[in-house]
Amino acid sequence: MRTYHDLTDADRSGLAEQIGAQRRRVAERLAGVGRVIAVMSGKGGVGKSYVTAHLARALARSGRAAGVLDADLNGPTIPRLLGINHAPRPTSQNGIEPAKGADGVTCISMALLLADGAPLAFKGPSAESFVWRGAMEASALRELLGDVAWGALDTLLLDLPPGMQRYLELCDILGAPPAVLTVTIPTAESGDAVRRAMRAAAERGSQLLGVVENMTGQGFAGSAGDDLAREFAVPVLARIPWHPAPDTWNALGARL
Amino acid sequence: MKFLCVDCDQQMAFAERQLPGDGTLAATFKCPSCGRVVAMLTNPMETQLVSSLGVEIGGRTVPEQPFQTVRKMVATGREDAFAEGTGDEGRGKGTPAWSTDAEARLARVPNFVRGMVKRIYADYAKERGIAEITPAVMDTARAELGLEGM
Repeated sequence: MRTYHDLTDADRSGLAEQIGAQRRRVAERLAGVGRVIAVMSGKGGVGKSYVTAHLARALARSGRAAGVLDADLNGPTIPRLLGINHAPRPTSQNGIEPAKGADGVTCISMALLLADGAPLAFKGPSAESFVWRGAMEASALRELLGDVAWGALDTLLLDLPPGMQRYLELCDILGAPPAVLTVTIPTAESGDAVRRAMRAAAERGSQLLGVVENMTGQGFAGSAGDDLAREFAVPVLARIPWHPAPDTWNALGARL
Repeated sequence: MKFLCVDCDQQMAFAERQLPGDGTLAATFKCPSCGRVVAMLTNPMETQLVSSLGVEIGGRTVPEQPFQTVRKMVATGREDAFAEGTGDEGRGKGTPAWSTDAEARLARVPNFVRGMVKRIYADYAKERGIAEITPAVMDTARAELGLEGM
Protein backbone atom coordinates (compact mmCIF):
# COMPACT_ATOMS: atom_id res chain seq x y z
CA MET A 1 0.00 0.00 0.00
CA ARG A 2 1.33 3.45 -0.82
CA THR A 3 2.04 5.81 2.04
CA TYR A 4 1.53 9.55 2.55
CA HIS A 5 4.45 10.87 0.54
CA ASP A 6 3.68 8.49 -2.32
CA LEU A 7 0.38 10.29 -2.94
CA THR A 8 1.21 13.40 -4.89
CA ASP A 9 -2.08 14.41 -6.52
CA ALA A 10 -3.17 17.94 -5.76
CA ASP A 11 -5.93 17.98 -3.17
CA ARG A 12 -8.66 20.56 -3.21
CA SER A 13 -8.13 21.57 0.38
CA GLY A 14 -4.58 22.59 -0.38
CA LEU A 15 -3.76 22.77 3.32
CA ALA A 16 -0.03 22.96 2.69
CA GLU A 17 -0.63 25.79 0.22
CA GLN A 18 -2.84 27.59 2.74
CA ILE A 19 -0.09 27.38 5.35
CA GLY A 20 2.43 28.51 2.73
CA ALA A 21 0.24 31.49 1.86
CA GLN A 22 0.10 32.47 5.53
CA ARG A 23 3.88 32.41 5.74
CA ARG A 24 4.23 34.45 2.55
CA ARG A 25 1.83 37.04 3.90
CA VAL A 26 3.99 37.52 6.98
CA ALA A 27 7.13 37.79 4.86
CA GLU A 28 5.53 40.31 2.52
CA ARG A 29 4.21 42.35 5.42
CA LEU A 30 7.59 42.52 7.09
CA ALA A 31 9.44 43.34 3.88
CA GLY A 32 9.41 47.00 4.87
CA VAL A 33 10.85 46.32 8.31
CA GLY A 34 14.59 46.80 8.63
CA ARG A 35 15.06 44.35 11.45
CA VAL A 36 13.02 42.32 13.85
CA ILE A 37 14.29 41.99 17.42
CA ALA A 38 12.74 39.66 19.98
CA VAL A 39 13.03 40.95 23.54
CA MET A 40 13.00 37.93 25.81
CA SER A 41 14.33 36.53 29.03
CA GLY A 42 12.78 33.20 29.85
CA LYS A 43 12.05 34.70 33.29
CA GLY A 44 8.96 36.58 34.37
CA GLY A 45 8.98 39.88 36.22
CA VAL A 46 12.34 41.18 35.00
CA GLY A 47 10.85 44.11 33.11
CA LYS A 48 10.91 42.98 29.49
CA SER A 49 7.89 45.02 28.51
CA TYR A 50 9.17 48.08 30.33
CA VAL A 51 12.53 47.80 28.58
CA THR A 52 10.85 47.12 25.23
CA ALA A 53 8.58 50.15 25.40
CA HIS A 54 11.29 52.56 26.50
CA LEU A 55 13.80 51.20 24.01
CA ALA A 56 11.26 51.66 21.21
CA ARG A 57 10.66 55.25 22.33
CA ALA A 58 14.39 55.93 22.41
CA LEU A 59 14.78 54.55 18.89
CA ALA A 60 11.91 56.71 17.68
CA ARG A 61 13.35 59.82 19.33
CA SER A 62 16.60 59.20 17.50
CA GLY A 63 14.75 59.28 14.19
CA ARG A 64 14.46 55.56 13.63
CA ALA A 65 10.90 54.40 12.99
CA ALA A 66 10.03 51.82 15.64
CA GLY A 67 7.11 49.49 16.24
CA VAL A 68 6.28 47.08 19.02
CA LEU A 69 4.36 43.85 18.69
CA ASP A 70 3.12 42.81 22.10
CA ALA A 71 3.58 39.05 21.83
CA ASP A 72 2.45 38.51 25.40
CA LEU A 73 -1.05 37.54 24.36
CA ASN A 74 -2.21 36.63 27.86
CA GLY A 75 -0.69 39.51 29.78
CA PRO A 76 -0.37 42.40 27.34
CA THR A 77 0.96 45.64 28.81
CA ILE A 78 2.64 47.52 25.98
CA PRO A 79 -0.27 49.88 25.14
CA ARG A 80 -0.36 51.20 28.69
CA LEU A 81 3.41 51.67 28.69
CA LEU A 82 3.16 53.63 25.45
CA GLY A 83 0.19 55.67 26.65
CA ILE A 84 -2.23 54.15 24.13
CA ASN A 85 -5.95 53.99 24.90
CA HIS A 86 -8.32 51.72 23.09
CA ALA A 87 -9.86 52.92 19.88
CA PRO A 88 -11.28 50.69 17.15
CA ARG A 89 -8.46 49.71 14.83
CA PRO A 90 -9.01 51.01 11.30
CA THR A 91 -9.40 48.07 8.99
CA SER A 92 -9.25 47.52 5.28
CA GLN A 93 -8.48 44.65 2.96
CA ASN A 94 -4.88 45.79 3.27
CA GLY A 95 -4.84 44.93 6.96
CA ILE A 96 -5.23 46.48 10.38
CA GLU A 97 -3.62 49.80 11.19
CA PRO A 98 -1.41 49.71 14.29
CA ALA A 99 -1.99 52.13 17.13
CA LYS A 100 0.41 55.00 17.63
CA GLY A 101 1.85 55.73 21.06
CA ALA A 102 4.39 57.92 22.80
CA ASP A 103 7.12 59.34 20.56
CA GLY A 104 5.31 57.92 17.52
CA VAL A 105 5.97 54.27 18.30
CA THR A 106 3.46 52.04 16.51
CA CYS A 107 1.98 49.10 18.35
CA ILE A 108 -0.35 46.16 18.13
CA SER A 109 -1.40 44.21 21.16
CA MET A 110 -4.17 41.90 22.30
CA ALA A 111 -4.85 44.56 24.93
CA LEU A 112 -6.32 46.66 22.12
CA LEU A 113 -8.59 43.85 20.98
CA LEU A 114 -9.81 42.33 24.26
CA ALA A 115 -12.70 43.61 26.34
CA ASP A 116 -11.53 45.64 29.34
CA GLY A 117 -10.02 43.38 31.96
CA ALA A 118 -11.00 40.21 30.10
CA PRO A 119 -8.59 37.29 29.81
CA LEU A 120 -7.77 35.90 26.40
CA ALA A 121 -10.28 33.10 25.93
CA PHE A 122 -11.09 31.21 22.77
CA LYS A 123 -14.32 29.70 21.60
CA GLY A 124 -14.19 25.94 21.40
CA PRO A 125 -14.57 22.74 23.36
CA SER A 126 -13.38 23.26 26.92
CA ALA A 127 -12.32 19.65 27.48
CA GLU A 128 -8.64 19.11 26.78
CA SER A 129 -8.28 22.60 25.39
CA PHE A 130 -4.52 22.32 25.88
CA VAL A 131 -4.51 20.28 22.65
CA TRP A 132 -5.51 23.23 20.49
CA ARG A 133 -4.95 26.37 22.57
CA GLY A 134 -1.25 26.62 21.72
CA ALA A 135 -2.01 26.40 18.02
CA MET A 136 -4.72 29.04 18.39
CA GLU A 137 -2.31 31.41 20.11
CA ALA A 138 0.26 30.80 17.39
CA SER A 139 -2.36 31.70 14.77
CA ALA A 140 -3.20 34.88 16.65
CA LEU A 141 0.49 35.74 16.82
CA ARG A 142 0.80 35.14 13.07
CA GLU A 143 -2.05 37.55 12.47
CA LEU A 144 -0.46 40.19 14.71
CA LEU A 145 2.63 39.93 12.53
CA GLY A 146 1.14 39.45 9.10
CA ASP A 147 -2.18 41.29 9.14
CA VAL A 148 -0.98 44.61 10.52
CA ALA A 149 -0.05 47.37 8.10
CA TRP A 150 3.31 48.04 9.74
CA GLY A 151 4.58 50.12 6.84
CA ALA A 152 8.22 51.10 6.74
CA LEU A 153 9.92 50.53 10.08
CA ASP A 154 13.57 50.55 10.97
CA THR A 155 12.98 48.25 13.91
CA LEU A 156 10.11 46.06 15.05
CA LEU A 157 10.50 44.94 18.65
CA LEU A 158 8.66 41.81 19.73
CA ASP A 159 7.88 41.79 23.43
CA LEU A 160 7.82 38.12 24.40
CA PRO A 161 6.20 36.62 27.50
CA PRO A 162 8.24 34.52 29.93
CA GLY A 163 9.24 31.09 28.71
CA MET A 164 10.34 29.86 25.30
CA GLN A 165 7.09 28.82 23.65
CA ARG A 166 6.45 32.15 21.93
CA TYR A 167 10.01 32.36 20.69
CA LEU A 168 9.73 28.95 19.06
CA GLU A 169 6.44 29.91 17.44
CA LEU A 170 8.07 33.07 16.10
CA CYS A 171 10.89 31.10 14.54
CA ASP A 172 8.34 29.01 12.64
CA ILE A 173 6.16 31.94 11.62
CA LEU A 174 9.05 34.13 10.53
CA GLY A 175 10.81 31.28 8.78
CA ALA A 176 14.08 32.28 10.43
CA PRO A 177 15.08 32.92 14.03
CA PRO A 178 14.86 36.60 14.99
CA ALA A 179 17.70 38.52 16.59
CA VAL A 180 17.35 38.40 20.36
CA LEU A 181 17.86 40.99 23.08
CA THR A 182 17.76 39.45 26.55
CA VAL A 183 16.68 41.12 29.75
CA THR A 184 17.65 39.96 33.22
CA ILE A 185 17.78 41.31 36.74
CA PRO A 186 21.06 40.94 38.66
CA THR A 187 20.11 37.86 40.70
CA ALA A 188 21.55 34.40 40.14
CA GLU A 189 18.02 32.96 39.95
CA SER A 190 17.19 35.22 37.05
CA GLY A 191 20.53 34.39 35.46
CA ASP A 192 19.70 30.68 35.59
CA ALA A 193 16.43 31.13 33.75
CA VAL A 194 17.79 33.61 31.22
CA ARG A 195 20.77 31.35 30.53
CA ARG A 196 18.43 28.57 29.40
CA ALA A 197 16.57 30.97 27.13
CA MET A 198 19.77 32.34 25.62
CA ARG A 199 21.11 28.84 25.06
CA ALA A 200 17.89 27.79 23.34
CA ALA A 201 17.96 30.90 21.15
CA ALA A 202 21.59 30.38 20.23
CA GLU A 203 21.00 26.73 19.40
CA ARG A 204 18.08 27.76 17.19
CA GLY A 205 20.38 30.16 15.34
CA SER A 206 19.33 33.55 16.67
CA GLN A 207 21.85 36.35 16.79
CA LEU A 208 22.29 37.32 20.44
CA LEU A 209 22.55 41.09 20.48
CA GLY A 210 23.39 41.44 24.14
CA VAL A 211 22.06 41.62 27.66
CA VAL A 212 20.16 44.38 29.41
CA GLU A 213 20.46 44.20 33.19
CA ASN A 214 17.37 45.76 34.68
CA MET A 215 16.56 46.93 38.23
CA THR A 216 20.17 47.44 39.21
CA GLY A 217 21.53 49.37 42.14
CA GLN A 218 19.00 48.55 44.87
CA GLY A 219 17.54 45.45 46.38
CA PHE A 220 18.80 42.81 44.01
CA ALA A 221 22.30 41.45 44.56
CA GLY A 222 24.18 39.54 41.92
CA SER A 223 26.01 39.80 38.65
CA ALA A 224 23.74 37.95 36.23
CA GLY A 225 24.26 40.53 33.49
CA ASP A 226 28.03 40.21 33.50
CA ASP A 227 27.91 36.44 33.95
CA LEU A 228 25.62 35.94 30.95
CA ALA A 229 27.56 38.40 28.81
CA ARG A 230 30.80 36.58 29.51
CA GLU A 231 29.30 33.14 28.97
CA PHE A 232 27.74 34.01 25.61
CA ALA A 233 30.41 36.48 24.50
CA VAL A 234 27.93 39.33 24.08
CA PRO A 235 27.94 42.84 25.52
CA VAL A 236 25.97 44.16 28.47
CA LEU A 237 24.14 46.80 26.47
CA ALA A 238 22.71 48.68 29.42
CA ARG A 239 22.27 48.61 33.16
CA ILE A 240 18.92 50.09 33.99
CA PRO A 241 18.51 51.57 37.49
CA TRP A 242 15.17 51.72 39.30
CA HIS A 243 14.55 55.26 38.17
CA PRO A 244 16.24 55.60 34.79
CA ALA A 245 16.68 58.92 33.08
CA PRO A 246 15.87 59.31 29.37
CA ASP A 247 19.61 59.30 28.66
CA THR A 248 19.76 55.69 29.87
CA TRP A 249 17.31 54.64 27.19
CA ASN A 250 18.88 56.82 24.55
CA ALA A 251 22.23 55.19 25.24
CA LEU A 252 20.70 51.73 24.90
CA GLY A 253 19.03 52.73 21.65
CA ALA A 254 22.31 54.04 20.32
CA ARG A 255 23.95 50.67 20.88
CA LEU A 256 21.43 48.79 18.74
CA MET B 1 -4.20 14.07 5.66
CA LYS B 2 -4.88 12.10 2.50
CA PHE B 3 -7.12 9.16 1.68
CA LEU B 4 -6.18 6.16 -0.42
CA CYS B 5 -8.63 3.79 -2.08
CA VAL B 6 -6.76 0.59 -1.34
CA ASP B 7 -8.60 -1.52 -3.92
CA CYS B 8 -7.79 0.92 -6.74
CA ASP B 9 -4.50 2.20 -5.28
CA GLN B 10 -5.80 5.68 -6.09
CA GLN B 11 -5.68 8.88 -4.06
CA MET B 12 -9.22 9.88 -3.18
CA ALA B 13 -10.35 13.41 -3.99
CA PHE B 14 -12.09 15.81 -1.66
CA ALA B 15 -15.77 16.00 -2.54
CA GLU B 16 -17.80 17.83 0.08
CA ARG B 17 -17.60 19.47 3.49
CA GLN B 18 -20.37 19.86 6.06
CA LEU B 19 -20.38 21.80 9.32
CA PRO B 20 -23.41 20.57 11.26
CA GLY B 21 -23.01 23.36 13.81
CA ASP B 22 -22.25 21.15 16.80
CA GLY B 23 -18.52 21.64 16.55
CA THR B 24 -18.00 18.57 14.42
CA LEU B 25 -16.98 18.41 10.77
CA ALA B 26 -17.80 15.95 8.02
CA ALA B 27 -15.76 15.77 4.84
CA THR B 28 -16.26 13.26 2.07
CA PHE B 29 -13.64 11.95 -0.31
CA LYS B 30 -14.30 10.05 -3.52
CA CYS B 31 -12.19 7.57 -5.42
CA PRO B 32 -11.81 8.84 -9.00
CA SER B 33 -11.59 5.26 -10.30
CA CYS B 34 -14.33 3.27 -8.61
CA GLY B 35 -16.44 6.10 -7.22
CA ARG B 36 -16.31 4.84 -3.64
CA VAL B 37 -16.98 7.60 -1.14
CA VAL B 38 -15.73 7.73 2.42
CA ALA B 39 -16.53 10.29 5.08
CA MET B 40 -14.06 11.72 7.55
CA LEU B 41 -15.85 12.74 10.74
CA THR B 42 -13.97 14.79 13.27
CA ASN B 43 -14.99 15.41 16.87
CA PRO B 44 -15.15 18.98 18.25
CA MET B 45 -11.60 18.89 19.58
CA GLU B 46 -10.18 17.66 16.28
CA THR B 47 -12.22 20.23 14.36
CA GLN B 48 -10.96 22.95 16.65
CA LEU B 49 -7.37 21.89 16.11
CA VAL B 50 -7.78 22.31 12.35
CA SER B 51 -9.51 25.67 12.84
CA SER B 52 -6.71 26.85 15.08
CA LEU B 53 -4.29 26.55 12.18
CA GLY B 54 -6.29 29.10 10.21
CA VAL B 55 -6.92 26.69 7.34
CA GLU B 56 -10.10 25.36 5.78
CA ILE B 57 -10.77 21.77 4.81
CA GLY B 58 -11.91 21.78 1.19
CA GLY B 59 -10.03 24.96 0.42
CA ARG B 60 -10.96 28.59 0.78
CA THR B 61 -14.06 29.89 -0.94
CA VAL B 62 -13.22 33.48 -0.03
CA PRO B 63 -9.79 34.99 0.69
CA GLU B 64 -8.63 34.94 4.31
CA GLN B 65 -9.60 38.19 6.00
CA PRO B 66 -7.19 40.16 8.21
CA PHE B 67 -7.30 38.91 11.80
CA GLN B 68 -9.71 36.16 10.83
CA THR B 69 -8.72 33.85 13.68
CA VAL B 70 -8.85 36.59 16.30
CA ARG B 71 -12.22 37.83 15.09
CA LYS B 72 -13.76 34.42 14.77
CA MET B 73 -12.28 32.53 17.68
CA VAL B 74 -11.56 34.97 20.51
CA ALA B 75 -14.47 34.77 22.96
CA THR B 76 -13.51 37.80 25.02
CA GLY B 77 -12.80 40.35 22.31
CA ARG B 78 -14.14 43.90 22.20
CA GLU B 79 -17.20 44.37 20.04
CA ASP B 80 -15.64 47.56 18.69
CA ALA B 81 -12.11 46.23 18.25
CA PHE B 82 -12.10 46.95 14.54
CA ALA B 83 -13.44 49.84 12.49
CA GLU B 84 -14.34 48.32 9.16
CA GLY B 85 -13.51 50.05 5.92
CA THR B 86 -11.62 52.93 7.53
CA GLY B 87 -8.09 51.84 6.73
CA ASP B 88 -5.98 53.36 3.98
CA GLU B 89 -7.57 51.23 1.31
CA GLY B 90 -11.08 51.87 2.49
CA ARG B 91 -10.89 55.63 2.88
CA GLY B 92 -12.25 57.82 0.15
CA LYS B 93 -13.98 55.03 -1.73
CA GLY B 94 -17.70 54.70 -2.19
CA THR B 95 -19.17 52.49 0.48
CA PRO B 96 -22.37 50.70 -0.45
CA ALA B 97 -25.44 51.51 1.60
CA TRP B 98 -27.37 48.83 3.47
CA SER B 99 -31.12 48.50 3.09
CA THR B 100 -33.15 48.14 6.29
CA ASP B 101 -33.96 44.53 5.47
CA ALA B 102 -30.31 43.74 4.78
CA GLU B 103 -29.24 45.33 8.05
CA ALA B 104 -31.85 43.31 9.92
CA ARG B 105 -30.53 40.16 8.32
CA LEU B 106 -26.96 41.12 9.13
CA ALA B 107 -27.96 41.68 12.75
CA ARG B 108 -28.85 37.99 12.99
CA VAL B 109 -25.25 37.01 12.23
CA PRO B 110 -23.34 36.19 15.45
CA ASN B 111 -21.56 39.33 16.59
CA PHE B 112 -18.10 37.75 16.66
CA VAL B 113 -18.15 37.31 12.88
CA ARG B 114 -20.56 40.09 11.97
CA GLY B 115 -17.86 42.58 11.10
CA MET B 116 -16.10 40.14 8.82
CA VAL B 117 -19.35 39.08 7.13
CA LYS B 118 -20.33 42.70 6.63
CA ARG B 119 -17.04 43.44 4.97
CA ILE B 120 -17.32 40.44 2.65
CA TYR B 121 -20.70 41.66 1.41
CA ALA B 122 -19.46 45.25 1.20
CA ASP B 123 -16.40 44.21 -0.80
CA TYR B 124 -18.59 42.11 -3.08
CA ALA B 125 -20.88 45.08 -3.70
CA LYS B 126 -18.03 47.55 -4.19
CA GLU B 127 -16.26 45.33 -6.70
CA ARG B 128 -19.46 45.16 -8.76
CA GLY B 129 -20.48 48.77 -8.40
CA ILE B 130 -23.58 47.91 -6.38
CA ALA B 131 -24.78 51.01 -4.54
CA GLU B 132 -27.10 49.33 -2.05
CA ILE B 133 -26.88 45.95 -0.38
CA THR B 134 -30.25 44.26 -0.16
CA PRO B 135 -31.24 40.73 0.88
CA ALA B 136 -31.26 39.82 -2.81
CA VAL B 137 -27.69 41.05 -3.20
CA MET B 138 -26.73 39.03 -0.12
CA ASP B 139 -28.32 35.90 -1.60
CA THR B 140 -26.49 36.38 -4.87
CA ALA B 141 -23.18 37.02 -3.11
CA ARG B 142 -23.66 33.99 -0.92
CA ALA B 143 -24.26 31.76 -3.93
CA GLU B 144 -21.40 33.21 -5.94
CA LEU B 145 -18.88 33.21 -3.12
CA GLY B 146 -19.93 29.86 -1.68
CA LEU B 147 -20.56 31.32 1.77
CA GLU B 148 -22.19 29.01 4.27
CA GLY B 149 -24.64 30.26 6.84
CA MET B 150 -23.96 33.94 6.22
